Amino acid sequence: MARGGGSQERLRWSKLYTFACTRPSVLLDDEQPHSLQGPGYSRIVHCNQPGLHRKKPLNYPTNFVSTTKYNIITFLPKAIFEQFRRVANLYFLLAASLSLTPVAPFSAMSMIAPLAFVVGLSMAKEALEDWQRFMQDVKVNSRKVNIHKGEGCFGYKHWQKIRVGDIVKVEKDQFFPADLLLLSSSYEDGICYVETMNLDGETNLKVKRSLEVTLALDDDAAFRNFTATIRCEDPNPNLYSFIGNFEYEQQVYALDPTQILLRDSKLRNTTYVYGVVIFTGHDNKVMQNATQSPSKRSRIEKKMDKIIYILFTFLVLISLISSIGYAVMTKFGMPHWWYLHPDETSYIYNASNPALSGFFHLVTALILYGYLIPISLYVSIEVVKVLQATFINQDLHMCDGETGNPAQARTSNLNEELGQVDTILSDKTGTLTCNQMDFLKCSIAGVSYGVGSSEVEIAAVKHFASEASGTSEQQSSTQDFWEDSGGRFGSSEIEFENGNSCMVEKPQKPAKKSFSFEDDRLTHGNWKKEPNAGTMLLFFRTLALCHAAIPEPNEKTGGFTYEAESPDEGAFLIAAREFGFEFCKRTQSSVFIRERYSPFEDPLEREFKVLNLLEFNSKRKRMSVIVRDETGQILLLCKGADSIILDKLSKNGRIYERETIKHLNEYGEAGLRTMALAYRVLGESEYSDWNTKFLKAKTTIGPDRETELEQVSDMIERDLILVGATAVEDKLQKGVSQCIDKLAQAGLKIWVLTGDKMETAINIGFACSLLRQGMRQICLSIENTGILSQDTEKDAKENILTQITNASQMIKLEKDPNAAFALIIDGKTLTYALEDDLKNQFLSLAVDCASVICCRVSPKQKALVTRLVKEGTGKTTLAIGDGANDVGMIQEADVGVGISGVEGMQAVMASDFSISQFRFLERLLVVHGHWCYKRIAQMVCYFFYKNIAFGLTIFYFEAYTGFSGQSVYDDWYMLLFNVILTSLPVISLGVFEQDVSSEVCLQFPALYQQGPRNLFFDWHFALRLLFVWGSVATWYLFLVAYGMSSPLISGNAYQILLEALGPAPVYWSATLLVTLACNIPYLAHISFQRALNPLDHQVIQEIKYYKKDVEDQHMWKRERSKARQKTKIGFTARVDAKIRQLREKFQRKVSSVNVQAQS
Amino acid sequence: MEMEAGSTSSSGGGTQTHSYSPLRSKAFYKFTQQNLPACKPNLTPTRVIAIFLLAGVVFIPVGLICLRASESVVEILDRYDIECVPESYRNNKVAYIKDSSISKNCKRLIKIQKHMKAPIYVYYELDNYYQNHRRYIKSRSDKQLLHGLEYKDTSSCRPEEYNNEIRINRRNIAWKSDREHKFGRNVYPFNFQNGSLIGGGNLDPDVPLSEQEDLIVWMRTAALPKFRKLYCVIEEDLQADEIIEVHLVNNYNTYSFGGKKKLVLTTKNWLGAKNDFLGIAYMATGGFCIFLSILFALIHVKNPRPHGDPTYSYGNRKSTTAFVLHQIVW
Repeated sequence: MARGGGSQERLRWSKLYTFACTRPSVLLDDEQPHSLQGPGYSRIVHCNQPGLHRKKPLNYPTNFVSTTKYNIITFLPKAIFEQFRRVANLYFLLAASLSLTPVAPFSAMSMIAPLAFVVGLSMAKEALEDWQRFMQDVKVNSRKVNIHKGEGCFGYKHWQKIRVGDIVKVEKDQFFPADLLLLSSSYEDGICYVETMNLDGETNLKVKRSLEVTLALDDDAAFRNFTATIRCEDPNPNLYSFIGNFEYEQQVYALDPTQILLRDSKLRNTTYVYGVVIFTGHDNKVMQNATQSPSKRSRIEKKMDKIIYILFTFLVLISLISSIGYAVMTKFGMPHWWYLHPDETSYIYNASNPALSGFFHLVTALILYGYLIPISLYVSIEVVKVLQATFINQDLHMCDGETGNPAQARTSNLNEELGQVDTILSDKTGTLTCNQMDFLKCSIAGVSYGVGSSEVEIAAVKHFASEASGTSEQQSSTQDFWEDSGGRFGSSEIEFENGNSCMVEKPQKPAKKSFSFEDDRLTHGNWKKEPNAGTMLLFFRTLALCHAAIPEPNEKTGGFTYEAESPDEGAFLIAAREFGFEFCKRTQSSVFIRERYSPFEDPLEREFKVLNLLEFNSKRKRMSVIVRDETGQILLLCKGADSIILDKLSKNGRIYERETIKHLNEYGEAGLRTMALAYRVLGESEYSDWNTKFLKAKTTIGPDRETELEQVSDMIERDLILVGATAVEDKLQKGVSQCIDKLAQAGLKIWVLTGDKMETAINIGFACSLLRQGMRQICLSIENTGILSQDTEKDAKENILTQITNASQMIKLEKDPNAAFALIIDGKTLTYALEDDLKNQFLSLAVDCASVICCRVSPKQKALVTRLVKEGTGKTTLAIGDGANDVGMIQEADVGVGISGVEGMQAVMASDFSISQFRFLERLLVVHGHWCYKRIAQMVCYFFYKNIAFGLTIFYFEAYTGFSGQSVYDDWYMLLFNVILTSLPVISLGVFEQDVSSEVCLQFPALYQQGPRNLFFDWHFALRLLFVWGSVATWYLFLVAYGMSSPLISGNAYQILLEALGPAPVYWSATLLVTLACNIPYLAHISFQRALNPLDHQVIQEIKYYKKDVEDQHMWKRERSKARQKTKIGFTARVDAKIRQLREKFQRKVSSVNVQAQS
Repeated sequence: MEMEAGSTSSSGGGTQTHSYSPLRSKAFYKFTQQNLPACKPNLTPTRVIAIFLLAGVVFIPVGLICLRASESVVEILDRYDIECVPESYRNNKVAYIKDSSISKNCKRLIKIQKHMKAPIYVYYELDNYYQNHRRYIKSRSDKQLLHGLEYKDTSSCRPEEYNNEIRINRRNIAWKSDREHKFGRNVYPFNFQNGSLIGGGNLDPDVPLSEQEDLIVWMRTAALPKFRKLYCVIEEDLQADEIIEVHLVNNYNTYSFGGKKKLVLTTKNWLGAKNDFLGIAYMATGGFCIFLSILFALIHVKNPRPHGDPTYSYGNRKSTTAFVLHQIVW
């Protein structure tokens, strides 16, 4: 067994880390195990004795996991119940059962058959979907894991076979199959790294650490005789807490969350770990956390119910009319109609008791006019939606070229909801960004280096250039940038009148991943010729030393890959390597760096002794490392958030402060993530004084330990000397800015909910143009109120309330129409803001802001925010995310979209739609959403129209039959009319209707706001014609065929077409007349409407029709820009703001020139 | 519990790559990408005016032709239900019709106003008679009519009328399919009019149902309360001013519910019997179309909207957009 994965050093991180492993490395005697008694703490796990858990009283479930809705036994009752929850189906069920009694106007068959058909079809669909879920489960359950089979032998077993108490060995980059207690790892001190991306979306690795006593169990053979008992809490959904005791060798040790490895997290940077299974199957914390995915119903479907209720009322109304008519007829007419046997009374025909007869007739009438309610509506809609979903799945424009992942409509019943979205709630990591950092610029000693431009800069400059060169009417048509920049984009140098030149250069495919820095002054060792070479050396060394990463030799390239805790760190290391400071080795106490000052020199390996590592956490917002270099000098190298670092500078450390701040602002403006670097030289005695204090703090036990450590760290991290700043571009996913821009133009609001820290979130906000300089940022935060006790909780609430009210006031008082506000709120504040008494104020504030960013939010809060928006605004929300932490939000939103990226599939599994990149959201919403909505809406209208038209003829006919309840049509005609004959044309409308082509949808995002409105009988496709005429032909074929059948079945319709109707010209001429005459009013209506009051899409259709877009490019562009919704967020808004700013500057300059000229 | 399913599958559930082989036709590609050529009728004013004008121009002549055809049909109506009751019974017609001892024979003289070309159809017309009543229809049994056997004929009743002297055809008045398939050859109306119900004539119990054409005609349910049933076809021309004598038996009791009885003689042309409605409807529709086309022409002249001119969209019509949005939400 190759320990430590080949050359990887076995490091004892616990010695180095300050904050992460809060447990002291020695088990102290006074450490009390938890006293676990009472309900909620009854679980007992006998380690390495899984057999004990198979029988009572410890009959814990296996690791088998099932996500299906039904099983073979429950399918029928459950699915049938689901079906009859629909009002219309219930009504038809009632009608069908009544059709067995003499009251029914139709034969029982003709009532039951369509219902069975319709319900059967829907159930078949359910069954199919559940089957797919089942297959998915089977796949997960049959994954294999290395498990202890006894006698120190390990072997592979299916996940579903795992039992509580099993010892499993999980290897690098594998998922944990169940919730485990960490026993030991490939690292000597039992540390392992865990990626919890799937749980909370955080990408930085978490450190888990085993108990000291189990460290010895780091070998397969060691488990031969291992037994221990764990007493712990019962299964619960709380991801961040765990209470339990570990009884081993007559000793009891307390357990806490740092020893627990949760299912669905992944082992990283660690070769293997051993663990004992505590929770299996549905007892897993993740599974406990998973909320039952609610069955979502689309808005139209809900409205359809409303319409059905209206129709019901109408139905009851006309039934009442006809039964009153019937009662009257029965009372006054019936006795005289001797041919109807008035003497033979029955309850239905009783002249002496017309009220009773009338009542029974009411039942008859309710069934008779049931044709007002379209029985096949639901089924047709389902068919249409499945077909629409196929179109979405087939769309090559949403198919990722690299991975070949197509878009997938996973639940087809929400297609049209895509066309109604009002608010998008987006996850950040993995959704907006690729979580891949790119070192772009830096400022060293007050000089800014790096000529590469961020996406924002490129666009702004390019636009200003085009405006300056005369084509000034071209108002902010961002579209064109992207069109141009998509093609060849050379480099153009634009001279502003103040002499500053700005290189616009599309970075070519960066040669090195995570490094697109370009500046000849620094690369290739040229930095030594710069004036401040000494500061630069420090800058590069800080990059190369101040981190907690591990280098891994890459055999292919001969270089190193770095296993960093965060992608930023990785980017810094790669940048340092490119500058000639290659981090190559880490030992317990030292970091080795190969320094190469020029490309011609051989690298020089230098050793830096790492004395202390004060690592990063969200509260400190900085990281420091204290090293001793080869000359024996002790240096404190610090990097961190600029606001923090700038506070801690010494008086003589502020030489470059002004320039650096200026650069930092510029970088921030350009959407980059910034960090300031500083250093401090420590004297030997100063250091040793501090170190004793530090060691003392480190070994303190109790709640004060952390505060104490922080205080001690603060003592050393002061009087710093500023070196410079870095700017890293968090690479947005391809097309994210454009997509957000388009979505903003389409009038959608975008909220970002991220588990990341506030700075990162804000930076991303800048990068994807949700935030921009000049936007008023409203930060809601209670960070500074410190630790909260019961009492301060109330204060905190009041504090937030005042913050919210102030902000609302500020927005109200704002006069400038261009002013935009951004709301930024952190998770802790959100907890209070989401409480019942505050949430409405919070929501109204958030709605007023152009963009909203929530950071540090838990998965649960994401779902709560989503619910708040959904319920508070009453509008359709769409949640998009890629990790398991987004599942709650995806399920809560009206429409959930999962990104089928590289990470786990939970988000996708829980989603309604999955796309492989954020940018496809644009097409999904603007094109498919628009179409689907329009199609479905038109189809539903059409459906109700045809059924009302049909139902009313039955009613009119009643007047001629003495309201007796006789239908004018044959039973089978009616059945087919509803279920088959009229379904096809409607379905074809629902599938093929296309008001404007996809390009036009994309060019006019504002069309999204329009939605459907008119029943425009434009036969778009030859297919449509086929369906319509096909259905007419079917009708005639049916008449012929039906006429051929036995007269007993066909009754009056026997041979009706061939013998009576076919040869009669009056029939054909009447048919023609009726068809055309019925269409005239509608044609007239739309012509009027079009002539006097055209709708947007109609105008566009006209423009397209006259080919004006080709002839008059200019007008076309102008229109496109006009068609945008006025936005305050997004790229366009940002460019606009930049232009405003530049114009002002220009005017000022001109006026000052004038003044000079005058003087 | 969607959470779990793929929990740890990084393989990706739905990653089947779509590879479109060149073999697949271009049309199919266009179909899946929803790129098929679409025809979007563009309702320009000229087109709208032209469409309505065309409809009007076509419909009015068609209407004229229909009306003309209807005009050419000679139809004679003769109401006989009151005239056939002797004066003494006029006040109590029901008693008259129910009294089987009184002869119900009646003679009507009908003067032919215009030349009538053979074939001349003789109908009897009933009014206010609910043959379409649900009870009526439910009491009918197609099975019984076809197979006879144990089924009992119940309430099928009809008035009887005689005619002589002129060459008439009493055969083939019912639908061929009815005679051949719906009414049994071996079924005899042994039970007809034996029950408590009265009214109408009798059937010869020795003639099978399939040859009782009067019954067959009667049994084809009328859709409306006022209906005509074919009685016979006169196969020679009737000259103008000719007087024909019709002997009929006023058997059927319509008096108790106030129904009218009429005798109808009519010729037929290519469009069928007299039917003014179709022609009028065509003409009205056509007229309306022409009116609309004029209206649109006026609108276009007075208030021209350059088509494809975007000034009529977006900003200018904020209010309408709002209205439309409101509409969508139902």
